[in-house]
Amino acid sequence: MSVLTPSVACMSDAILVEGLQKRFGSNTALAGVDLTVPEGSVLGLLGPNGAGKTTVVRILTTLLQPDGGRAEVAGVDVVREPDRVRAVIGLTGQYAAVDEYLTGFENLEMVGRLYRLGKRESRARAQELLERFDLTDAASRPAKTYSGGMRRRLDIAASLIARPRVLFLDEPTTGLDPRSRQGMWEFIADLAGGGTTILLTTQYLEEADRLADRMMVIDRGRVIARGTADELKAQVGGQRLELTLGSAAELADAARLLAPLAAGETRVDEQTRRLSVPVREGTDSLAEALRLLGGTDVQVLDVGLRRPDLDDVFLSLTGHAAEDGSDGEGATQAPVQTAGSAR
Amino acid sequence: MSSLSVAVEDGLTITRRNLVKVKRVPELIVFATLSPIMFVLLFRYVFGSAIPIQGISYAEFLLPGIFAQTIVFGSTITGASLAEDLQKGLIDRFRSLPMAPSAVLVGRTVADLALNALSIVVMGVTGLIVGWRIRSSLGEALAGFALLLLFAYAMSWLMATVGLLVRAPEVVQQASFIVIFPLTFIANTFVPTNNFPTVLKWIADWNPVSAVVQAARELFGNTAPGLGASDTWSLQHPVLYTLIWSALLLAVFVPLSVRIYQRTASR
Repeated sequence: MSVLTPSVACMSDAILVEGLQKRFGSNTALAGVDLTVPEGSVLGLLGPNGAGKTTVVRILTTLLQPDGGRAEVAGVDVVREPDRVRAVIGLTGQYAAVDEYLTGFENLEMVGRLYRLGKRESRARAQELLERFDLTDAASRPAKTYSGGMRRRLDIAASLIARPRVLFLDEPTTGLDPRSRQGMWEFIADLAGGGTTILLTTQYLEEADRLADRMMVIDRGRVIARGTADELKAQVGGQRLELTLGSAAELADAARLLAPLAAGETRVDEQTRRLSVPVREGTDSLAEALRLLGGTDVQVLDVGLRRPDLDDVFLSLTGHAAEDGSDGEGATQAPVQTAGSAR
Repeated sequence: MSSLSVAVEDGLTITRRNLVKVKRVPELIVFATLSPIMFVLLFRYVFGSAIPIQGISYAEFLLPGIFAQTIVFGSTITGASLAEDLQKGLIDRFRSLPMAPSAVLVGRTVADLALNALSIVVMGVTGLIVGWRIRSSLGEALAGFALLLLFAYAMSWLMATVGLLVRAPEVVQQASFIVIFPLTFIANTFVPTNNFPTVLKWIADWNPVSAVVQAARELFGNTAPGLGASDTWSLQHPVLYTLIWSALLLAVFVPLSVRIYQRTASR
């Protein structure tokens, strides 16, 4: 999994997007997005709700018309020749788009027929994919009886039936329990290993980290960072040490005492009496923190190490939290270090 | 493959999908069969006991009316089902596939046509049991059924457009009842319109549902000399008037709904 394309792209790009714009009424969903996904690689498109991830996917899968810019999938313009694009892509949307009244097999066969695979080939592919996605036992039951995880698997299987060159997965694990999520990750990693180009949107840094060769963070319709997982995490500052204290009055003292360990800005929350310190040394930092606080009056109720999540990425990149749409627009553009950008 | 044969094949694939649903959702079968039986029986014995119709039995007067009412109500299934597909993200999936843009709508309306045909058969048999008779030739009777189904099919495309615009199945169902109840009642469906107040009578005379009912009565031979239809042009030429309405609905709503479908996406 190392498709770190240098600026001279020797492989062809399966997805090419330039200056993509989209407005809904007075609301700007995409304010000029550029991206490329080299053939056979996985791009993780990361961002909070409403960032514009789904709008990008919808334009690339021909469901929406852009207001400006250019988008090509497998070398074909999505606006000018949508039918040729549809023939080479697979889409799995945010909601498992399977027909609940059809059985798993019937769902796959129908989609195969609509891709023009013909009856025999559609059935053979349906059987094959049911096996691959562990759905053989449930093949003849209506999809209505499936669990959330099974529906998602069936949905992905449907998008793979015509062996698409480019696969779009829009938040493929949102709403799944941890076990199903794990399973889904394995399936996706498998596909990527098989050479399918994938554009994956997600709200989870961990998911993009696990599956994507490269990541792109978008916020309010703009790309605010791109790079590999490591590059992004380096910007965020690795793990965080989180402490809950006995009283809010001790927060300032504790922050001062722990300053030598901090690899970045320490966050203090008076209401929950919590302190969050970015650290470099992981468990060593944890032990050191407890030693530093040990001889003092600071009362520690709870302490732990946490890996950075999307919120941390957002805070460090934009100065506002992922779910917080209110504060300064200017902040979104300030700290963009386009680490390892492909362009 | 030519684009027409592609459209036909894709349309059939979707039709098959919709018919499988009918098979697996008992409520739909109930809606399509049991409730028409109930309506035939209720109207035949409740209204029929109080409304004397000159020259023929109430059962004969009623059946063409209740055929028309049922198929017009049946069109709401088209709208509600499309709204449901939209809500569940299925339309997104279909639109991302290299299939004919008309297929989802053709498949929907054709499946609903089959459902309407089933309702008519069930009602017809129930009607025959409670006193309805066809007094015309086989050809005329078949023309009567064909005309009913043509009008039903045209109404389905109108409701398809509504379903794609409204996007919420329950709202489609409820909102259309508010329109369809008056549409099927301010007409000659269940009672003669002679004693309607002037405005209602004018509406009833030009209501396409009245023309469908009148055309069906004439084609099934369920009319009587004393039972003169209004002398408005629409009711003097009910078959032609029904054909004009059906053609108009199809000419407007087939292209319109396909166009809306191509731009729509779940939100």
